[in-house]
Amino acid sequence: MIGYILKRLGLALLVALAVSAIAFFLLRLSGDIAMAIAGEGAREEDLAIIRQTYGLDRPLIIQYADWLWQTLKGNFGTSIYFKTEVSKLVLDKLPTTILLGFLALGFALLISIPLGVLAAVYPNTWIDRLALAIAVVGQALPNFFFALILVMIFSISLRWLPVSGSATWLHFVMPTIALGYYVAPAFMRLIRAGMIEVLSADYIRTARAKGLPAGKIVFKHALRNAVVPVVALTAVQLGFLLGGSVVIETIFALDGLGYLAYQSITYKDFPVMQIIVLLLSVVYVLLTLASDIANAWLDPRIRVA
Amino acid sequence: MSLLRKVATLSLASTALLTGVFGSAALAGKSDNTIRFAYDQAPESVDPYFNNVRIGVIIGQHVWDTLVYRDPNTNEYKGQLATAWRQIDDRTLEFDLRQGVKFHNGEEFDADDVVYTMNFISKPENKVVTQANVSWVEKAEKLDKYKVRITTKQPFPAAIEYLSGPVVIHPNEYYEKVGPKGQNDKPVGSGPYKVTNYVPGKSITLEKNPDYFKDSPKPQPKIAKIDIRFIPDRQTQMAEAISGGVDFIMHVPKDQAEQLEAVPTLQVVSGETMRIVFMQMNTLENTPAPALRDERVRKAIIHAIDRESMVKSIVGAGSRVLNTICFPSQFGCTDEGATKYAYDPAKSKELLKEAGFANGLELDIVAYRERNQTEALIGYLQAVGIKTNLRFLQYAAMRESIAAGKANLTHQTWGSFSVNDTSAATSNYFGFRSEDITRDPQVRDLLTKGDTSIDPEVRKASYREALKIIADKAYAVPLYSLPVYYVATSDLTFKAYPDEMPRFWEMSWK
Repeated sequence: MIGYILKRLGLALLVALAVSAIAFFLLRLSGDIAMAIAGEGAREEDLAIIRQTYGLDRPLIIQYADWLWQTLKGNFGTSIYFKTEVSKLVLDKLPTTILLGFLALGFALLISIPLGVLAAVYPNTWIDRLALAIAVVGQALPNFFFALILVMIFSISLRWLPVSGSATWLHFVMPTIALGYYVAPAFMRLIRAGMIEVLSADYIRTARAKGLPAGKIVFKHALRNAVVPVVALTAVQLGFLLGGSVVIETIFALDGLGYLAYQSITYKDFPVMQIIVLLLSVVYVLLTLASDIANAWLDPRIRVA
Repeated sequence: MSLLRKVATLSLASTALLTGVFGSAALAGKSDNTIRFAYDQAPESVDPYFNNVRIGVIIGQHVWDTLVYRDPNTNEYKGQLATAWRQIDDRTLEFDLRQGVKFHNGEEFDADDVVYTMNFISKPENKVVTQANVSWVEKAEKLDKYKVRITTKQPFPAAIEYLSGPVVIHPNEYYEKVGPKGQNDKPVGSGPYKVTNYVPGKSITLEKNPDYFKDSPKPQPKIAKIDIRFIPDRQTQMAEAISGGVDFIMHVPKDQAEQLEAVPTLQVVSGETMRIVFMQMNTLENTPAPALRDERVRKAIIHAIDRESMVKSIVGAGSRVLNTICFPSQFGCTDEGATKYAYDPAKSKELLKEAGFANGLELDIVAYRERNQTEALIGYLQAVGIKTNLRFLQYAAMRESIAAGKANLTHQTWGSFSVNDTSAATSNYFGFRSEDITRDPQVRDLLTKGDTSIDPEVRKASYREALKIIADKAYAVPLYSLPVYYVATSDLTFKAYPDEMPRFWEMSWK
């Protein structure tokens, strides 16, 4: 088990390193950063000053090595746009994103578990079809589009919810739904499949034969077993949620990490962009690692593979 | 994605129409005398010298004052922090300053503030973001408590224009103590509004300055509070406007603004801006498109484009067709005597045939905004046999390609930083700067003369001649000015100006 964990950990580190390099070089390919910073109307002299200030006149590989070294030391640099420490910016915005991530995850589980269970208990009925329809729509609708539909219904027609901002809990309702709905289908299908499998198992038949009430069989005996793979999936989906929050936070002008990512892209604020990409990928890699290890712990067969 | 977004926009507007639940929320702004203004971009700093975005200019003009004020209705210069000024020699201006003006922190305004600010911005090591706005200043000297002299590096006739726009005056004691960072954290100016709350990247609140000096050419503000929120998504802004969550948005695309016109609680106001649209043609010796060195080909390109129709059908209300590469209100800008090219595809084909391109021609075109307009240009060129390959880039990447001489045709726009003087426009593209892909020394010399002569008549004559050569030799395709669309709650009274500056200090409720 230890060997397996070390192997996965090594692999995770390599992935994080590769992502950092790709993020760094892709950014440089997108155009002259100095010119992007200088903006409309800058002269050659201005560009020279900017290149010197930010060390952009050095060879690319040196810039990358320097950046990586500074980052590893915990020095994330200064935002070109907001002129503050990147670490401070990121820490300021992180709570909003984490809160939104967990709210969305909670929402996803809240709708996917009952629907998944219902679909499994009544397979191939209209209930199952309805659950399937909800899942398909959730997967097929781009989340920004779904978000706008929510705005249309709840802000413009009904006037129940504020459109954008993060002042009150009401401001989090639509972002949570829009983001959570996006990941719910994966859970729903997994729970349905797991439940169908478990419900046909011998011990369930035994429980039925014992005359246990149906609700107790489904929720106590069956769901407990069917929910195990969901735990592993949760870790991975949380990563998806962090990525999805870039779009959702931007649409709802929620002042979180996703919004910061969008701003840094718009303003060509490359120190911020690089750290956010790195941070999100490291979180994703860690979550995947955690889910791998959890799976291996649950199922010894995986460790060998 | 863009199609889906369009569908969403359409639905937003139609939902608003169908539900018909208006009236209640729209009064919120009026009832607490607050304009809630949503803008898509946050400024990097509130200090006007350390940002180069439109919202920064808007905040700057509300929180700070300038020495001179240009009346946007008459373009006449009036004294603001200065009461009078005179030209001492080619490079020296003298200003009498206003007495009794106080900054928001109580600091008294006098010559020290002007001298400090001018000397601070003139030093390149202080890294003012837009050097073109300040690099003309050599130094400032105090003559007495209310009299200063400003010296320019070269004769710089546009100085008064710059002093009425981007060059705001900071309080010297405060600025010396806190620097640009402190001025951004807790901004202090002397303008009609003061900053009372600022969360970088999220929101900024301006409140009326009750002690604003009575003789200012900016009228005393009537609206008590301007609540600015940064909402990057256009659809969200529109939804906020429809649902009464915000009272004022700007830069709304034409098609979406037209949708919002149907919403009874909103008014849509459009106006011309100083941003001009044109096409450059690479005629450099090593141009990757040698065909463009032929004047007939260049003329064929201008004749191929129906600018009138473009203005009417896709650019929008407030826009006008241009014949020279500058904005008509700018000092020295004229199309007098310049060749004007009518839409004439037959003539265009004929010219191409004469130039040896009867079987057509293939060119690249680079562009960075208003893609629908680029596509229309491509369509017109296609119709006369010029096939164009679109390279749609980020602004920085486009500039890089132009500066490296790799571009063939460009679809460019230029806002002149709202400076109402031809030196801020034409010289940027024909004065041998990095983006000049024409490089005609005769044009450059005329522009330099226009930029640096003190005599207004000499300036006008030089610009007229330079603009005439550019038009006669068809060095570029002048297209049109861009309009801007504002959407506001219908009970707000306001006026749109070409410099894209909403003036909240003169707005009021109906």
